[in-house]
Amino acid sequence: MPVQIKLKEKTIFVFIKGEIDHHTAPKMREMIDDAIIVNDSFQRVVIDFSGVSFMDSSGIGLVMGRYRLAQQKGKIVEVVGLNARYYKIMKMSGIEKLMTIRSSENKKEW
Amino acid sequence: MKVINQLKMCFDSRSVNEGFSRVAVATFCTQLDMTVEELGDIKTIVSEAVTNCIVHAYADTIGKIYITCTVFEEGLIRVSIRDKGCGIRDVKRAMEPLYTSVGGDRSGLGFTVMESFSDKLRVRSQVGKGTTVTIEKTIKGKSNE
Repeated sequence: MPVQIKLKEKTIFVFIKGEIDHHTAPKMREMIDDAIIVNDSFQRVVIDFSGVSFMDSSGIGLVMGRYRLAQQKGKIVEVVGLNARYYKIMKMSGIEKLMTIRSSENKKEW
Repeated sequence: MKVINQLKMCFDSRSVNEGFSRVAVATFCTQLDMTVEELGDIKTIVSEAVTNCIVHAYADTIGKIYITCTVFEEGLIRVSIRDKGCGIRDVKRAMEPLYTSVGGDRSGLGFTVMESFSDKLRVRSQVGKGTTVTIEKTIKGKSNE
């Protein structure tokens, strides 16, 4: 499965595996949206990119769409585990103005 | 500059071909002793350009995408991604960061990403005829690390 969901301490942890592109993003979108909608009382969504083997700008759209949904549900979103390339791509969108994004060098202990 | 090698391929504008096309072009370029970083740049560029063909050029149909990858001496790579789709009315506008003509989860950053990972980017388009995106990148390679 391209997305693994773990629930811990009112946080929905989303672990994305494999390649994110225009072809693979819809399935990931569906799985993450389900997790956000079903776990209504959870306040935080952390999307972890450590397992991503490739990403183009579809990854930005994936995060932005989930951010919009999470915001509607009153949740905050964080993006973690970005390698240097993905971090650079994410920064092109200005997404860091809306949510916390962390490179994989900037790890936080969960 | 002298041509060392060339790849030409043509495939359907189906999203399942995005992965294959970026790997095919990147693999072809490995004859140049690239770094992993440079390989990633080529994959990303091709992925963005091919996605544009699928999402925009052939939005409501399936057409052909033509990729030519030319390796020149001194590490120069030129990749052109061509379609015979709807064409871009305003190329300058289309290349603006965050501009997208479709909604949904499209970020509008395809051209920005291509520009960021290449040395040169050129877009030629004619409405109703199609678009050609040409990028150039000079590979510095592992010996430069």
